[in-house]
Amino acid sequence: MFDYARPKSLNETFALLREMPDARLLSGGTDLLVNLRGGRAATPLVIDLKRVADLEAGITQREGWLRVGAGTVMTDLAADDHVRDRFPSLVGAALVVGSVQIRNRATLAGNVCNASPAADTAPPLLIHDAVVELAGSAGLRRVELSQFFLGPGRTALQPGELVAAIELPIPGGPLGTAFARMTRRRGVDLATVSLCCSVSATGVTRFAFGAVGPRPFGVTDDTGILADPAGDPALQDEALRRLTGHASPLSNVRASREYREAMLLVLGRRALEAARQRLREAHLAGT
Amino acid sequence: MPGRELRVGLGVNGEQRNIEVSVEQTLLEVLRDQVGLTGTKECCAVGECGACTVMLDGRAVNSCLVLAVEADGAQVTTIEGLTARDGLSPLQDAFVRHGAVQCGFCTPGMVVAAHALLTTTLRPTMAEIREGLSGNLCRCGCYNQICDAVAEVAGLVAAPAR
Repeated sequence: MFDYARPKSLNETFALLREMPDARLLSGGTDLLVNLRGGRAATPLVIDLKRVADLEAGITQREGWLRVGAGTVMTDLAADDHVRDRFPSLVGAALVVGSVQIRNRATLAGNVCNASPAADTAPPLLIHDAVVELAGSAGLRRVELSQFFLGPGRTALQPGELVAAIELPIPGGPLGTAFARMTRRRGVDLATVSLCCSVSATGVTRFAFGAVGPRPFGVTDDTGILADPAGDPALQDEALRRLTGHASPLSNVRASREYREAMLLVLGRRALEAARQRLREAHLAGT
Repeated sequence: MPGRELRVGLGVNGEQRNIEVSVEQTLLEVLRDQVGLTGTKECCAVGECGACTVMLDGRAVNSCLVLAVEADGAQVTTIEGLTARDGLSPLQDAFVRHGAVQCGFCTPGMVVAAHALLTTTLRPTMAEIREGLSGNLCRCGCYNQICDAVAEVAGLVAAPAR
């Protein structure tokens, strides 16, 4: 059994968290309510953040950064013109979260805080070097997303802190990215394997993997081998295997470890090809 | 054991209501058990099947994943609110004519999801219709009939011969 609070300010929220350290923060609720009602989570207090006036829900740009306020739902993230233009893989990932109904409630910040190894938006956020802005009674601090995920359901959030926004540096030069995801069925399923690939004009290829380890994580090839569209396929596959080799998938209800490893390579090849293609298109478009 | 009670103001199908709810109750439970609108169905209760779909401030949501207290001050539209006073809405009528209603359990959620789709996307493609309804399961398997019914209302296909 839980109580419910609806603070109007961050200070009020911090006071509630001090008083009740085991309180859970409610944003979209698409994970939290399932867990609370299914008995997999228990809390004396649910703190609804949706009416906190100083916790913005909008998407803004300033000084080379895109800022996604904690209350921003997936539907609005995916519909934002600037996000669509500069972060198409993040849009792709946001649009496969749950269903229309889920995306109308689920927030980007919630997806990150839930810290599922299979969080759909994590791979594109990692590729783009997303930074998480944490707010606490002592003030704000910024943590790189790659340092924010500690393990399944575990984050760098300290007691009394919450995520105020997620920020992404707007890419300085041409960048081709591709998001790929494998599920057992097309709608409303968690990823069996997910990944995002980016190829930069300077020859750096990056991958971020989801659902193949205790937390989503990124790897980099800065040799230029993978970025070269005319490169030796055998050498490229070897380089790709070196990157996917960092994955440590488990066997579970969705797939075996061996299947995940095999599919990671397949999705990796496809995403690499798509990312290189998009980089070519970006060059042609002169952006 | 019920949780703490709170009074919430809810616009339900255009009618303003003040309802005493337990903070643990979902919007779905309040709509069915307190407001008495049983068109909205409970099925999976974990946001996977869409049977409980309602519109909350104009957007389709799973009412099983919304606490009633979260909806305080919001406007809710249920299947009852989409039903024409003198019979069926064009969408409901199309569902019937296309054989899209078999056991009927998913139908209210399907119709609400389809209505939400048609209010946000004026002329959806078949792919957009399928995507728009992908959060709604039909275990009788009438997906083609359902999509055809929505496509007819969207003006994509002609009505079947009667």
